[in-house]
Amino acid sequence: MNEPDFPIKLESGAPMVRFAKVRKSYGELTVLDDLDFDVQKNEIVSIIGPSGSGKTTVLRMLMTLEQIDHGVIYVDGEPLTHMGKNGKLVRANNRYVRSMRSKIGMVFQHFNLFPHMTALQNCMEAPVQVLGMSKQEASDRSEELLQMVGLEDKIHQHPARLSGGQQQRVAIARALAMRPEILLFDEVTSALDPEVIGEVLGVIRQLAAEHNLTMIMVTHQMGFAREISDRVCFFYDGKIEEQGSPTKLFDNPENERTRQFLSAVLDAG
Amino acid sequence: MLEWKWAYSLEILPRLLSAAVNTLIAAGIGYLIALVVGLVFALLQRTGVRPVTFIVREIVEFIRSTPLVVQIFFVFYVGPQFGIRLSPWASGMIAIGLHYASYLSEVYRAGLDNVPKGQWEACKALNLNPVKTYFRIIIPQAIPPSLPAMGNYLISIFKDTPMLSVIGVAELVHTATTIGTETYRYVEPYTLVGLIFLAISLPAAFGLRRFEAWVARYFGMTK
Ligand SMILES: Nc1ncnc2c1ncn2[C@@H]1O[C@H](COP(=O)(O)OP(=O)(O)OP(=O)(O)O)[C@@H](O)[C@H]1O
Ligand SMILES: [Mg+2]
Repeated sequence: MNEPDFPIKLESGAPMVRFAKVRKSYGELTVLDDLDFDVQKNEIVSIIGPSGSGKTTVLRMLMTLEQIDHGVIYVDGEPLTHMGKNGKLVRANNRYVRSMRSKIGMVFQHFNLFPHMTALQNCMEAPVQVLGMSKQEASDRSEELLQMVGLEDKIHQHPARLSGGQQQRVAIARALAMRPEILLFDEVTSALDPEVIGEVLGVIRQLAAEHNLTMIMVTHQMGFAREISDRVCFFYDGKIEEQGSPTKLFDNPENERTRQFLSAVLDAG
Repeated sequence: MLEWKWAYSLEILPRLLSAAVNTLIAAGIGYLIALVVGLVFALLQRTGVRPVTFIVREIVEFIRSTPLVVQIFFVFYVGPQFGIRLSPWASGMIAIGLHYASYLSEVYRAGLDNVPKGQWEACKALNLNPVKTYFRIIIPQAIPPSLPAMGNYLISIFKDTPMLSVIGVAELVHTATTIGTETYRYVEPYTLVGLIFLAISLPAAFGLRRFEAWVARYFGMTK
């Protein structure tokens, strides 16, 4: 697909992530409709919205788990879904996508840890196999990361022997081991028992405080979104219906749909 | 009337046992061929390249819907027409290997299909390439649940080795028949052959079950 209306490269000072007129459909259903969405470097953005509004789809496309139908996604000024070829923007090939993908990491709702590997091996796998890091270095770094998420005593356990909260913390360490610049969180506490949600949020809070990572977080935890986000985006029907600082969006929502959604989730929660 | 001769039994036992060892080796090599070729069949069917998946699918279907005996004859007698001249043993192992490869490819296929989608997504998010994704993440998870079926096929292969006698492979049954025609006594050789099969199959089945449990524990699949 040719995208003549989009630049091959963004100018300097471009956002870390840019969705430019991104469209995505599954058959008849249009999930994202000409979405424009920017995220600045080191910004922490929360995405909220009703079920089916396209929140997960946004993250999956940025992680390149899903192809887009129209538009271009840029990461750090460079196209992600496309590549420049003879002065034109064409669909990115696998090799190009792989080179760009290394800037992005993702933490999933259901952890997706490798069950046949210990916590440490889970974290070491990609640094060794993808970055070509030595086993020793990968192991040292992974141990450090597991310590950071509070699991120094669990490094040799397989996921089946860890609680949900512990598994999710391993998953965060595993994503960080690849040193991504952008980290995506898709409802990372939704599959957890209430009593272990806090330990996972604690780790994310710590990452947010260090402030050297761009984070995009789909969440139903409104209190947490308000606490750590620089900006909150309310998605509705594949579009950003309203966005702004947490205070503005939660305390003074302008949009009727935002108000309805917030009152519904706040009543329920 | 029917009389069991112990001395005779003891006399023929070494010949039968040595045939049993050869039979086991043939079954083992046939199984190794089946394991490897079966995996290749399964992976080729997942390439997504239309002509490749179609051809492999048809080959697997064809092998599965024709009798093993015919395939054994085919490899042994038709092979030379294409300049491939193989000993009966080699032909037999290849025929059995290919035959069971088609069954094992289905086992692998089910195993691979059962690995959750999230595992593939995690691999992609971590930027693992497709080969590493398969060999380090997906296949190791597909195998443990497939082990019971894989073990059954190992025992089936062993039990199918008598079919190799049709091309003159001196496996157990063929050896027993030879002994019978030499001595005009069939009771002892065939009974011993049955007992030898039993003595191998039963412990093997037991050992395989132990192995499955060990694998599950080793890879941390169970608590
Ligand atoms: N692979 C797919 N095939 C078909 N439809 C899909 C697929 N993935 C998502 N959809 C549809 O796209 C829409 C948006 O899905 P998405 O997962 O992005 O929603 P969401 O905002 O994350 O919702 P939730 O809060 O329930 O997770 C939904 O209507 C969903 O049914
Ligand atoms: Mg979702």
